[in-house]
Amino acid sequence: MESNNGQNGDAPVIAIDGVTKTYQMGEVAVHALRGVSLDIHSGEYVAIIGASGSGKSTLMNIIGLLDRPTSGTYAIRGQEVGQLGKSEQADIRNREIGFVFQRFNLLPRTSAQAQVELPLFYAGITGTKARRRAVDALTRVGLGERIDHRPDQLSGGQQQRVAIARALVTQPSLLLADEPTGALDSKTTAEILDLFDELHAQGLTLVVVTHEHSVAERAGRVITVSDGAIVGDALAAQPTPAVTATNGFGSVLPTLSPARTAVAQ
Amino acid sequence: MRMLRYFPLALGNINVNKTRSLLTMLGIIIGVAAVLTTLGIASGAASSITSEIEAQGTNLLEVSPTGGGQGGTLTMADARILGDRDDFPQFAGVAPTYSGNATLVRGANDAGGQVRGVTADFPSVSTVEIADGRFLNAVEETNSARVVVLGHDLAGDLFGSENPIGQEVRIAGDLFTVVGVLEASGGSAFFSDDTTAYVPLGVAQTRLFAAPRYRGELTVSSISIKVADGYALEQAEQDVEVALRLLHGLGLDDDNDFSIFNQASLLDLAGSVSTTLSALLGGIGAISLIVGGIGIMNIMLVTVTERTNEIGLRRALGAHDRDILVQFLAEALVLCIIGGLLGIGLSYGVAALLTALPGFSIAVTIDAASVVMALGVASAAAIIFGLYPAIRATRLDPVEALRYE
Repeated sequence: MESNNGQNGDAPVIAIDGVTKTYQMGEVAVHALRGVSLDIHSGEYVAIIGASGSGKSTLMNIIGLLDRPTSGTYAIRGQEVGQLGKSEQADIRNREIGFVFQRFNLLPRTSAQAQVELPLFYAGITGTKARRRAVDALTRVGLGERIDHRPDQLSGGQQQRVAIARALVTQPSLLLADEPTGALDSKTTAEILDLFDELHAQGLTLVVVTHEHSVAERAGRVITVSDGAIVGDALAAQPTPAVTATNGFGSVLPTLSPARTAVAQ
Repeated sequence: MRMLRYFPLALGNINVNKTRSLLTMLGIIIGVAAVLTTLGIASGAASSITSEIEAQGTNLLEVSPTGGGQGGTLTMADARILGDRDDFPQFAGVAPTYSGNATLVRGANDAGGQVRGVTADFPSVSTVEIADGRFLNAVEETNSARVVVLGHDLAGDLFGSENPIGQEVRIAGDLFTVVGVLEASGGSAFFSDDTTAYVPLGVAQTRLFAAPRYRGELTVSSISIKVADGYALEQAEQDVEVALRLLHGLGLDDDNDFSIFNQASLLDLAGSVSTTLSALLGGIGAISLIVGGIGIMNIMLVTVTERTNEIGLRRALGAHDRDILVQFLAEALVLCIIGGLLGIGLSYGVAALLTALPGFSIAVTIDAASVVMALGVASAAAIIFGLYPAIRATRLDPVEALRYE
């Protein structure tokens, strides 16, 4: 197991080159992606936006190693991963990618702490070490007081925070969020986006897939996908608001991290 | 052990759905309990049959004419010759008997039974024991006296709580004086002597049943032989065969016109019967175990479908094929092991209950080997029946699984 920030420190976190994805639906070939190239660097906060059927979900599944490209290459931190075996891909997912889903995808009747320990279980980390890291991750998302709560005892926003803690607990290279606010009201949406800002400020690389412009606007870079291709790749018009104490939860970093500032320029 | 980590996980998932888990386990519980209880009954029955046969004596031979009790070629002469201690020191006792069926009447009571004509030394070649009074004596034998010794149940049927000794019963029109009553043989219906009446041999042969003669000698319906200590039963049996073939003038090509029965061969028979019985009952129990296993498979398939989304999530979090496979196998295994343990407990309960039941004469014995076997079979069932659902779980496409509602 190599270090996340080892010899390939200069390489982009995500390097996608000429990726296509074709599904065979009976006689018809559906071209979900028609040659996508994309680099995402460490510390970037990227939104992938597109209408339903645009191919953004396929792109997200390929980035998340849940699906394989038909052609083209995909490297994480310089390591080619697109055509690795199932088992190696599972390890990369576990180590490099933290998933956040629209519907939170928490296990029923399971404490927040146990939810967050789950990725560590697959990394072979158990016992007190796992417990400590889970509590740390929950504290980081402002749920340090609720580690014993089960999903049915938590609000939607709190459930999504548990899911974010679960995504962060393995210290991945990339947090990959699929419509993370799609099941939340506007107030909670703002809270979750504030949390993303804060995590970004701490140096985390984020990719948020969404169809909502208001969500995409919070990112430093917006990639627009349409009809299986990238049709727009722009830095955000206005800089993301600085993280302040108004975000309504625990610890807050007072200033933007250098990495983020660099990207925003 | 990496695999052991999955068991707390499995226990947790089983605990989440207690009612369903218990219902699922019910098949295994009943299956294991059925196997253990039936095997326990079979082994209890086998040991009670064995001890019953052993109580009949394993050094006894009984010779009877081919083709039934009457009209055979076995005669008083055969018994006399075999009974000669100088020629046959291997026989400690030789007693001819002549049996028939008759109704015994005493006042308003009557009872059907076997009437057996015997010699005074009959008790020495059998296991009958006197409870009250005495057995027939040599004088009565010689004089063909009208005396009778009643089997335990027969005495009860005819006399109730009265003392039968010295009283009279009517057999085929003749009055007989009761001189003794036998102990209950303690046996079951298999080998009961309790409804037999014993009269002097001559009375049975001439007066009651008119035994035919063969070559001028009165025939007998059996000759009971007790093998002397220090002589092998099988050798003694061969000696009887050789002697009787000679006496009956049988040629080399002739079949025996008598058969020899020994208790030891009955023991072998009982052994093979109980083995067959165990296999049969165990087989029926095993079928219920298989049905229980199929129940587990069914529920595991439901579980896999219900938790498709969870499987997708686990994939996204880095679970390998093996992790998913072992997770569901462990769940099936834990279900089966808990079910198996409960089934073992249940079978001990049922065994205790049956054994305590009045009128149930078999001591149900569950041995450790069956318990180990039942647990082994339950675990094997878990792996066999859990494998398919677990493989199905690993085959799920993560993207599809995550999208599953």
